[in-house]
Amino acid sequence: MPSDMMTSGDAPASRAAEQRVTVRYFAWVRERVGRSEEQVTVPPSVATVGEFARWLATRGPEYAEAFKRADVVRAALDQVHVKPSAPLAGAREVAFFPPVTGG
Amino acid sequence: MAVRVQQEPFDAAAETEALTRGRTDVGGVVTFTGLVRGDVDGRSLVSLTLEHYPGMTEAELGRIEAEARKRFDLIDCVLVHRVGELTPGEGIVLVVVLSRHRQAAFEAAEFLMDYLKTRAPFWKKETFVGGEGNWVDARDSDNRAEARWGGESITQK
Repeated sequence: MPSDMMTSGDAPASRAAEQRVTVRYFAWVRERVGRSEEQVTVPPSVATVGEFARWLATRGPEYAEAFKRADVVRAALDQVHVKPSAPLAGAREVAFFPPVTGG
Repeated sequence: MAVRVQQEPFDAAAETEALTRGRTDVGGVVTFTGLVRGDVDGRSLVSLTLEHYPGMTEAELGRIEAEARKRFDLIDCVLVHRVGELTPGEGIVLVVVLSRHRQAAFEAAEFLMDYLKTRAPFWKKETFVGGEGNWVDARDSDNRAEARWGGESITQK
């Protein structure tokens, strides 16, 4: 059964509850993905922000294009800047964006 | 002590007046205003559109300001950053810093701008004559300007 059809009530006690996050995109990352935010269930194989970005890149050509320059795309967890090695566990909101250019 | 993100223009003199009114302990005020340049490498800019990350922007500006208050002997400060579509000559960003002695105000204004430029989640898109749009690239010189403050992360970057 696909994991997105399993409600938390159906999950065996030993299985960690699945993590759903709000993913937000800004500037050219948003334009390439074609949306500004979405709800995503984090696959069990994904532990860090960098792994999450690599997994998102496999979801379609628009995602592949957005994350093509993986070393350039920056991330925030719950509205705080993080490195790709940051663990995703516990986060509710993940954002991907280019280096900032304000001021 | 305040940070604001807004579409409407700001008035540097009015902001300074509001901060200094009735005070006699302020020895110096440093203000910095960033403006939209109308010329980018010889091309004529029609407008500059500022996108930001509502929520994180205010939080990050607040963290930057709190760090400035820790590092420098400040009486007060305000950070105002505009978003939306701006035209050449308009103000984008305003920093006003009040201190007892000038050095702290000068240094804090520079610190606030250097950190704002490399950490606050704003993105500029330039629109040129002919409708061509272009996201501005981050500059290495801005990262070097931030690095000279000691490299200690105030956020996990």
